[in-house]
Amino acid sequence: MTQPPAVLVLEDGRTFQGVAYGAEGETFGEMVFNTGMTGYQETLTDPSYARQIVAMTAPHIGNTGVNDEDPESSRIQVAGYVVREPARVASNWRATGSLGSALRAQGVVGIAITGTRALTRHLRDRGAMRAGIFSGDAAQAPVDELLKRVQESPQMAGAALAEEVATQEPYVVPAIGEKRFTVAAVDLGIKGMTPHRMAERGIEVHVLPATVTADDILALGPDGVFFSNGPGDPGTADHQVAALRGVLDAGRPFFGICFGNQIFGRALGLGTYKLRFGHRGVNQPVQDVRTGKVEISAHNHGFAVDAPKGGPFDTPYGRAEVSHVNLNDGCVEGLRLLDRPAFSVQYHPEAAAGPHDASGLFDQFVQIMEAGK
Amino acid sequence: MPRREDIRSVLVIGSGPIVIGQAAEFDYSGTQACRVLKAEGLRVVLVNSNPATIMTDPEMADATYVEPITPGTVEKIIAKERPDALLPTLGGQTALNTAIALFESGVLERYGVELIGADVDAIQAGENRERFKEVVAKVAREQGLNAESARSVICHTMDEVLAGARELGYPVVVRPSFTMGGAGSGFAHTEDDLRRIAGAGLDASPTSEVLLEESILGWKEYELEVMRDRNDNVVIVCSIENLDPMGVHTGDSITVAPAMTLTDREYQNMRDVAIAVIREVGVDTGGCNIQFAVHPGTGRMIVIEMNPRVSRSSALASKATGFPIAKIAARLAVGYTLDEIPNDITRVTPASFEPTLDYVVVKVPRFAFEKFPGADGTLTTHMKSVGEAMAIGRNFTEALQKALRSLEQKGSSFSWAGAVGDKAEWLKRAAEPHDGRVRAVQRAMWAGATVQEAYEATRIDPWFLDQIAGLNEIAAEIRTAEDALTRDKILTAKRHGFSDAQIAELRGLSEDVVREVRHALGVRPVYLTVDTCAAEFEAKTPYLYSAYDEETEVPPGEKPKVIILGSGPNRIGQGVEFDYSCVHASFTLAEAGYETVMVNCNPETVSTDYDTSDRLYFEPLTLEDVLEVVHAEQRSGDVAGVIVQLGGQTPLGLSQKLKDAGVPIVGTSPESIHLAEERGAFGRVLHRAGLTAPKHGTATSYEEAREIAAEIGYPVLVRPSYVLGGRGMEIVYDDATLESYMTKATEASPEHPVLVDRFLDEAIEIDVDALYDGEELYLGGVMEHIEEAGIHSGDSACALPPITLGHDDLHRIREATEALAKGIGVRGLMNVQFALSAGVLYVLEANPRASRTVPFVSKATAVPLAKAAARVMMGATIGALRAEGLLPPSGDGGALPLDAPIAVKEAVLPFDRFRNAKGQGVDTVLGPEMRSTGEVMGIDEVFGTAYAKSQQAAYGSLPTAGRLFVSVANRDKRHMIFPVKRLADLGFEILATEGTAEVLRRNGVRAKIVRKHSDGPGEDGEPTIVRRVLDGEVDLIVNTPFGSPGQSGPRLDGYEIRTAAVLRGVPCVTTVQGLAAAVQGIEAVAGGQVGVRSLQEHAERLSGAHGVLGQG
Repeated sequence: MTQPPAVLVLEDGRTFQGVAYGAEGETFGEMVFNTGMTGYQETLTDPSYARQIVAMTAPHIGNTGVNDEDPESSRIQVAGYVVREPARVASNWRATGSLGSALRAQGVVGIAITGTRALTRHLRDRGAMRAGIFSGDAAQAPVDELLKRVQESPQMAGAALAEEVATQEPYVVPAIGEKRFTVAAVDLGIKGMTPHRMAERGIEVHVLPATVTADDILALGPDGVFFSNGPGDPGTADHQVAALRGVLDAGRPFFGICFGNQIFGRALGLGTYKLRFGHRGVNQPVQDVRTGKVEISAHNHGFAVDAPKGGPFDTPYGRAEVSHVNLNDGCVEGLRLLDRPAFSVQYHPEAAAGPHDASGLFDQFVQIMEAGK
Repeated sequence: MPRREDIRSVLVIGSGPIVIGQAAEFDYSGTQACRVLKAEGLRVVLVNSNPATIMTDPEMADATYVEPITPGTVEKIIAKERPDALLPTLGGQTALNTAIALFESGVLERYGVELIGADVDAIQAGENRERFKEVVAKVAREQGLNAESARSVICHTMDEVLAGARELGYPVVVRPSFTMGGAGSGFAHTEDDLRRIAGAGLDASPTSEVLLEESILGWKEYELEVMRDRNDNVVIVCSIENLDPMGVHTGDSITVAPAMTLTDREYQNMRDVAIAVIREVGVDTGGCNIQFAVHPGTGRMIVIEMNPRVSRSSALASKATGFPIAKIAARLAVGYTLDEIPNDITRVTPASFEPTLDYVVVKVPRFAFEKFPGADGTLTTHMKSVGEAMAIGRNFTEALQKALRSLEQKGSSFSWAGAVGDKAEWLKRAAEPHDGRVRAVQRAMWAGATVQEAYEATRIDPWFLDQIAGLNEIAAEIRTAEDALTRDKILTAKRHGFSDAQIAELRGLSEDVVREVRHALGVRPVYLTVDTCAAEFEAKTPYLYSAYDEETEVPPGEKPKVIILGSGPNRIGQGVEFDYSCVHASFTLAEAGYETVMVNCNPETVSTDYDTSDRLYFEPLTLEDVLEVVHAEQRSGDVAGVIVQLGGQTPLGLSQKLKDAGVPIVGTSPESIHLAEERGAFGRVLHRAGLTAPKHGTATSYEEAREIAAEIGYPVLVRPSYVLGGRGMEIVYDDATLESYMTKATEASPEHPVLVDRFLDEAIEIDVDALYDGEELYLGGVMEHIEEAGIHSGDSACALPPITLGHDDLHRIREATEALAKGIGVRGLMNVQFALSAGVLYVLEANPRASRTVPFVSKATAVPLAKAAARVMMGATIGALRAEGLLPPSGDGGALPLDAPIAVKEAVLPFDRFRNAKGQGVDTVLGPEMRSTGEVMGIDEVFGTAYAKSQQAAYGSLPTAGRLFVSVANRDKRHMIFPVKRLADLGFEILATEGTAEVLRRNGVRAKIVRKHSDGPGEDGEPTIVRRVLDGEVDLIVNTPFGSPGQSGPRLDGYEIRTAAVLRGVPCVTTVQGLAAAVQGIEAVAGGQVGVRSLQEHAERLSGAHGVLGQG
């Protein structure tokens, strides 16, 4: 079963020869790596990976096939997929098919290369960059030509993508068991597990399009407001920042994750910046600055908030502080207002994929909504 | 939270001798702990009876007690040293059990010693199966987790056992509580099985408790390594998946890290359960492991057990991930939290994270069934392997194939040679777990079995099976390809772990030709880093493995480099002692200004700790793999030399080929090694030196052997040439036995003949370790065996300094050793075995390499022999080493002062581990074939006390009163009279078989006659001796074997007695010399006042008196 040849071309000219995996053709995106050893199906379907070509550092991918329960959205979201050893059989009692055929069915272009570690080291040293995967006929063109096309593809910095991946129509995820709260969740690329984690806690989640305004949100009369994760450059999310300011002005309890954290930061008047290669994986140590406790957490972010870490600082909404930091690189991983019920984290308490250490943050959201009632 | 200031001194308990289930991994973890605690400025007090460990090196602790690990002895140490705290979690089950005993008896409280790193209640909650089940049920209930325990029943009597099995249905699993390595456990398919297994289990358990459990045979098996700190931060260091499904002990399974066949949901559930369980159990700080079984069809998950301590798996996980569990556990125990401890490898990130792997690690067990003829080779929940090899690859197949060839056993790698065979036959073989099952699986698929068929036969996950099927496809491609060996084809094979030798076999070429072609095509491995983080951060520690991947990560070297080849997986005859020497070489050469490079594949060892050498290559020790490492190192700087002399036979066997390939071998040259190993050449060396060997000859057939035997006279010692550990060695008394031996020795050939030696009856055997620099000889130590010649030196107890040799004997030994060293051309260490018989000194053999006894000699004489040897190999002279203080300024180990302490080494044998197919024990008689797995040392001022300590450390205390049973061969009767009389005087009641009793009575010893096993019970039901032993009525047994093995009559009687002794744990002496020593030991113990003294104190006395202390 020989696969057609394929090539991965990075914008700085480095290339990796390999064979096609998934659909044949070509694709472009920002080249990033993910260090998780489990959860490829969740990763592939995470909308935050829109327009990114994801390389997995774990060599064996696809071992457990795919199933209908684990996707985080209705489709595979990555722009392209780079692996080392695609599984030939799917082995798991829940599997309904193989990953390779799922990629093909959804037209996702991938490549299997030997040098995934070399690629990771390259990205680590030089930072995330644009790339293209070309397989089958597309791989026949001279490399120079392919490189030129990669260099002409759009940059991630400055990209507004949330509106592309978010729901166009509002929908409701009902509370599991007795309904205790109503939350308006702004979808910037939300993962399926997030409303589920809220629903488990008796929250009825109204998932809203990324284009909603503060008035739309407040019109629902929610007990709390949530801004989700999502792809793209937070610097472009002026509309969402304005919406969040309206929510904060109204004093509604707020919780944000990932992109939601960056928007919260901007709403507080802080800046955001692009990390050299980002955090993508499920083993990142995040410390709660108040308790000193460390959570092993799931991450998927290429941007971060630039906030003073020494202690409380002033914002238009009163004093705020950095609540969580990443112990690997000191990056800001959470923000909290000290005088109002609003907080956010840069990482993923809903996990999927990843450890459940931070799931208590959803309980914290419940607590501030309880206090606000 | 920083380190606790209220702890100033810590007592660390080691794990004692290497036994099956508790091996070198605890030297690795204990050594890490001692180093960390010392670095923290704490006073470290260590107790461990095993001298062949790095942790018992005097510089690892402030006070090192090589004393028996018993509550009584440890109490004496506590009374003397008054430590603030006791760290019991790094010395295996031995340390944990001892600590619990000290806690329960109130000793810890009395002396104000705090147990750190463990909490007795947590240990009991983890180890008591009933309580553990409650823990699992509670976390499942309260936290809504998918977790349960296997249905089970706890039993304390056989009646309860039988009732329990009726409730659960057969098959049932039997697990005794509080035993190591699953000792005494097994699957019972019938009531007969159950009576046998549970009977032994009730005996093996210190609490006479066994658990019966529903069968989860064939389920998928996993293990998580967990760490928790006192701030309740928890991390999972590693997940491990067993290739062999449930039913095979993890220690005997092929295991893979990380887990390969779990989705994130299942993995996170497992992780949640592990964390919830250790919180509920209350493991406050430190590491523990927790095992799971998962039903392959439904995902039902069962929590099997947890170990609230560092274990064999944590050593494996540390090597697999680069996350040093023991080291971090020691830091946590003294108060740090995970986020305060830096990750050694990245240096910029903290230890509070979970390693992520971009490679696959495979561990394979190594067995020694050939050492125990008749032992049943079926793998069960009772661990039987004696060692393991680990390999790292960029995918599963690469790691698996590297691991298999790391075993260094003939036929351990996959092969496609010979007839394809019958699919059904192969499947049948694969269905039964045994050593080599994975190869049967591969052959079954090679013979046409589908993945599904193989799955049905073995329950090995289809993903693994498909990977193995993929190897068969590549093999077929290589074999049948018309265009011969193209770059692409070789590269594909290499990326899946094929060795040059495998490719050669497939193509009908020689390995050298394949290597030349491969090199010509530019196909070479690169070396990647184990970095804990899948390259997310830069690694600062060169811990490397080979892969046919994109770019190499070998850092450039600045200093001249020395490559040290390790000893590979532990096996009987080549164990941790060789690792000891390799580690010492690394330490001392680093101090001498070299960059040290270690190559080894044994995950249990200190040598494969990335802290030990400047660079670590976790690689198989085959010619191909070593040549590639040397090549990579030569490209990155100057290689001053490769050391092959310290890792035992494994690297020694490579020396000539390495040299032929242009590799700079330092120390004794391969040609000199040949002089010692090849019979004819060695004979010439002896002749020139005027030395005598027992008469001998070589034979390739029975006829030749019989002629030689007729000429030199029976008994003769027969063995194959070129072996370590006395494999296949026997003492033969007659033609018939000789014929049967020669028929079995099928591998005998002109290149590898069988050696036939005159066997010296009643000779004293002497072992010598010496250093030679070309000019001067340094006699490291002269060891006198307690058992007479004929017992393998590795199994024989010995004393240093020798207890019965005179000045004249020692002088002759020194001269002979020097003549041999000179004649062979030794540069470094040499071990010589002599036999002294009727005043004649015979040379039995000389080995120009580090021996098994180097660590013992080093500890006993306080001189670091292996370090000195490494320096001599790199060109230093003994004189220079004396001047710099590495060796004593004058004198040596052959001239110890009269008041030097006496050290006794005793071997530890694994007979209790093996059963034949009928479930009976294997014979315990010692012979020329080495079978011990480890050793202990007893050290004291006089022989009797030292011997008593060695026995206590190895087998438990010698009795000082009670009932002695004696039955000896005629040749031994004269020599047993005096010692038995002495025991009778000490108050022992004497039982004896008829012949022995007659001799004793005539000599005034009142001995009561008991029935032999072959007599059967008497008319009035008088029990046989075997029954009386089994009933616990005998406290000490003296039984020397006679008759030929395998025959009925006396030999069988002895066998029954000795196996009964093993079953009941009764001390059993099988030689008269051992009896004499035991009497001295019993007298010493009976006299009371057996004290404890640290190695540092012994060394001080030695140096104080004579100024001969070497330095560490």
